[in-house]
Amino acid sequence: MLEAARCIVVRDLLVAWRRRSDVATALLFFVIVTSLFPLGIGAEPELLRSIAPGVIWVAALLSCMLSLGRLFAADHADGTLEQLLLSSEPLGVIAAAKALAHWLVSGLPLVLIAPLIALQYDLPAPLYPVLALSLLLGTPVLSLIGAIGAALTLGLRGGGVLLSLLVLPLYVPVLIMGAGSVDMAAAGLAPDGQLLLLAALLIVAAAFAPWAIAAALRISME
Amino acid sequence: MTAQSVKWFWYASPQTFYPVAGVIARWCGAAAAVLCAAGLYIGLFVAPTDAQQGEAYRIIFIHVPAAWMSMFIYVVMAFWAAIGLAFNTRLSHMMASALAPTGALFTFIALWTGSFWGKPTWGTWWVWDARLTSELILLFLYFGFMALQAAIDDRRRAERAGALLAIVGVVNVPIIYYSVQWWNTLHQGASVSLTRAPSMAATMLTGMLVMALAFWMYSIAVTLLRVRCLILENR
Repeated sequence: MLEAARCIVVRDLLVAWRRRSDVATALLFFVIVTSLFPLGIGAEPELLRSIAPGVIWVAALLSCMLSLGRLFAADHADGTLEQLLLSSEPLGVIAAAKALAHWLVSGLPLVLIAPLIALQYDLPAPLYPVLALSLLLGTPVLSLIGAIGAALTLGLRGGGVLLSLLVLPLYVPVLIMGAGSVDMAAAGLAPDGQLLLLAALLIVAAAFAPWAIAAALRISME
Repeated sequence: MTAQSVKWFWYASPQTFYPVAGVIARWCGAAAAVLCAAGLYIGLFVAPTDAQQGEAYRIIFIHVPAAWMSMFIYVVMAFWAAIGLAFNTRLSHMMASALAPTGALFTFIALWTGSFWGKPTWGTWWVWDARLTSELILLFLYFGFMALQAAIDDRRRAERAGALLAIVGVVNVPIIYYSVQWWNTLHQGASVSLTRAPSMAATMLTGMLVMALAFWMYSIAVTLLRVRCLILENR
């Protein structure tokens, strides 16, 4: 069972590596969106410092959204997905592995690059670990919940826009906790509470989302 | 299987349900009209003017029942969706699909009247208050459900995909509600407090409950009429 999960993760990472530009596009999107805000709002350091957590988190949400469409699309197109559904391994495990691979490709790079964006926004250095930790806990939840939406909208026309309509409202708690933890730390308070809540969301999502993804895949493929 | 449960499944057949739904819808529609007239009369003429908010408060006779219904209908929708997935009954899926537009309508009415109430009371059309924000996100959830069902041509898949989304949504609704509330206290403090004086005049409460009952009857009537249409479409 774990062997199957490992195979899926390795395979998805390999596929992503072969198509590096796709990964880079989502990451560049994140960087560009965060660069647009100072241009639109103004570059007063005080203002930038106060909006930085929210802007970085919203950009992370949108960037995750962008790569979700590809999560099952290629496998659906070449028939791999049908084989995965027919396999004797539990579909929930396979779904969890797909979500994990998606996070490694699209979520983890955001965690790593976010401090650089924070630098541009003149965020005080002590906040960097909090921001990175909040993204580290929050972005896997985005991948897990997003995969449910991606599985439901598989092969539909206008799937990308529909996906954002389905999934973005469900991302609200993650956004609030994630940006909130950095805001708390910026206000000189302990961000532990919000980070723990994010961790709780991650545990709940990791426990239940794989089964929902599996059910959604079965509905979409039957 | 007991005799009771057999009877339930008997009504789960669209052919038997179609005439029953027609009768219930007619009676509930009539009850809704009567109750709505009574509730509006109590609300607009009998209930006393509020000491602090003047006449503007009277919009709560629409606003509060609509907000109740908007949240309640989502739960009922998810219930029918779960039943539909569990027992594979077409009628349950039809109930879920038929409830969504009514729920979205009540959510919209709650937001609309809330902003009408906010203008004279708070001096602004929109406040990022926890309850208003949760209602807004609830409206997005309804739209997502309807958009997903509309985008899928295969009816079986549309019903089942929508059902799964409704269940995922209903698990998320309390999390969203509490996170928004927490966000609200972090960002706004207690500058705008929605909590009204606890001592509400008895007539006000009566008016509100009668209106809530009227909205219930309206929802049942409209949903059943919509289910009848769905049954005919599926023939």
